[in-house]
Amino acid sequence: MIDAYDVIDTIKMIEEEHLDIRTVTMGISLVDCIRGSIKETADLIYNKITKKAEKLVPTAENISREYGVPIVNKRVSVTPISILGGAVETEDLTPLALAMQRAADTLGIDFIGGFSALVEKGFTKGDLRLINSLPSALGSTRNVCASINVGSSKAGINMDALKLMGQIIKKIAERDFMGCAKLVVFANAVQDNPFMAGAFHGVGEPECVINVGVSGPGVVKSALEKAPEADLTEVSEIIKKTAFKITRMGQLVNSLVSERLGVPSGIVDLSLAPTPAVGDSVARILEEMGLETCGGCGTTACLALLNDAVKKGGVMASSHVGGLSGAFIPVSEDEGMIAAAKSGVLTLEKLEAMTAVCSVGIDMVAVPGDTSAEVISAMIADEIAIGVINTKTTAVRIIPAAGKKVGDEIELGGLLGSAPIMPIKSTSPAKFINRGGLIPAPLHSLKN
Amino acid sequence: MKTSSRAVITVIGTDAVGIIAKVSGKCSEYGVNILDITQKVYDTTFAMIMLVDTMKINISFSEFSEIMKKTGEKMGVVIRATHEDLFNAMHRI
Repeated sequence: MIDAYDVIDTIKMIEEEHLDIRTVTMGISLVDCIRGSIKETADLIYNKITKKAEKLVPTAENISREYGVPIVNKRVSVTPISILGGAVETEDLTPLALAMQRAADTLGIDFIGGFSALVEKGFTKGDLRLINSLPSALGSTRNVCASINVGSSKAGINMDALKLMGQIIKKIAERDFMGCAKLVVFANAVQDNPFMAGAFHGVGEPECVINVGVSGPGVVKSALEKAPEADLTEVSEIIKKTAFKITRMGQLVNSLVSERLGVPSGIVDLSLAPTPAVGDSVARILEEMGLETCGGCGTTACLALLNDAVKKGGVMASSHVGGLSGAFIPVSEDEGMIAAAKSGVLTLEKLEAMTAVCSVGIDMVAVPGDTSAEVISAMIADEIAIGVINTKTTAVRIIPAAGKKVGDEIELGGLLGSAPIMPIKSTSPAKFINRGGLIPAPLHSLKN
Repeated sequence: MKTSSRAVITVIGTDAVGIIAKVSGKCSEYGVNILDITQKVYDTTFAMIMLVDTMKINISFSEFSEIMKKTGEKMGVVIRATHEDLFNAMHRI
C-alpha cells in the first residue's frame, strides 16, 4: 500500500504549492523542408509540424487527467529557421514565421520556438535574412519565439551580431514591445531546451523528440518554510530531496508522452521556472533562506546554493537531464523579483552577477524606451561574456519599452507577467560596439 | 515503460454522510475494484485514500477520473483518481 502521507504530500504540492509540468515540448526537425521557393517551404513546414504534433495536445491533456498532474504548456520547437532561410529566393523570411503561427493555431499549442539563428562565428545568408526579418516576423505573429546565439565558449563572441541585435531589438520594441518578450539572445545555447522563448530543435537532435520542463519554486519554498532553523547544509539537503520528487514527476510524464506518441524521449530540464502567481517565485525562495529582499547582499550566494542543490537532487531522478537546467530569474515572470525590482533593491547589475551562478540571464527585464541600441548591445555583450568565459548558457530578454521611463510598468499578460522599468546606465559604449569583429574564444585553463 | 493498473482515489474535504458509499458505487459501476481504504484527519482536513485496481475498467481511465472529479464537486469535496505510478515515481527509488 502506498503511504498515505506520500499521497497527501503529492496532492499538497500540486494543489497548494503550484507544482506542475511547465512544458511538454516536441522537437521537430525541418531539415527535409528546405526548398528554393518560400511558399513551398512554408507549406511543407506547416504540414510537417501539424502532422508530427497532431496528437501532442490531447495526449498531454489525457495524461494530465489520469495522473492528476497539471501540464501547463504544450509546445513545439523546430530546426533553426535560418538553415531553411538560406535556400529560398526571397530576403524576407516572415512567411516562414507565419507558417509556424498557423501550425501553432491548428495544434492549439501556446508557443512554437525555432525562428532562430546560430551566428557565434559569423553569418550565413540565411542567418542575416532571419535577423533582419525579426521585427516583421515577431510583429505579425503571436506565438512564434525567436533566438539568436551570438557567442560560445568554443568560438568566442560575434560582436557584429551583437551590434545588429541592439538595433533589431529597438526596432521590434518600436513596433510592439511584446515582440521583445519572444526573443532571446544567447551564449552557449542548448539544442534540447524545452523552455520558451529560447527553444529550438538543434541539428544534433533526432527527427522528433519529447523534452519536458518541470517547475516548482513554490514546493521548494514551502519545504524550506518547515525548517526555519536549519543550517545551510540542511537547507541544501531539503532542496535536493524536493528537486528529486519534482524531477521524477517530469521523468514520468516524459516517458508517458513519448510512449503514447511513439516519439523518442529526450531530456528533462531541471529548471525552477517561476510564474507571476503568488507562491511560485524563485526570489521568495532566496528570501526564505534568510534575505530581507532578493537583490541585496547574499543573493548570489543563496542562488548558487539553490541552483546547485536543484541539480544534485534532480540529476538522479531523470534518465537524461538536459536543456538549461538551473533556476530561472525572469523579472517580469516572478512575483518576488517584480517586488524586489520595484523597491530598487534588485538592480540590473545584481541580476548580472546572479546569472554567473544560475540559468539563464538578464531575463524579461524592461528598460526605458530611450535606451540606445549601443547600450542594449553592450549590456547583452556583458551577459554573453559571462557565459562564454564560464562555459555556461547565458541569455538576455530585454524590453526597451517605447515611451516608458523608470518608475513605469508594462503589462505583458499571462505567464509573462508585468515588468517595472529598471534603470540602466546610459554612458555610451558606442565606440566599443562599433568596432565590430569577433571576441576570440577564451582560454580553457588557467581559470582565475 | 511498465505501467501499473492500480490507481489511488483520494477524497479531501469536510466529512459528510455517504461519501464512501458514493465513491464505491461509482467504482462498481465502472468495473473498478477496491483493494484498500484508509481514512485520516490531517490538521483540519478529512482525507480518505482508496487503492483500486483498474484492470477491468469499462471506460477510459481519463474519463473515470473526470467522472470522479465531478462527483466530488456535487458533494462539496475534492475527489481525485490518479494512477499509482505518480506516487511511486515521486516517493520510491
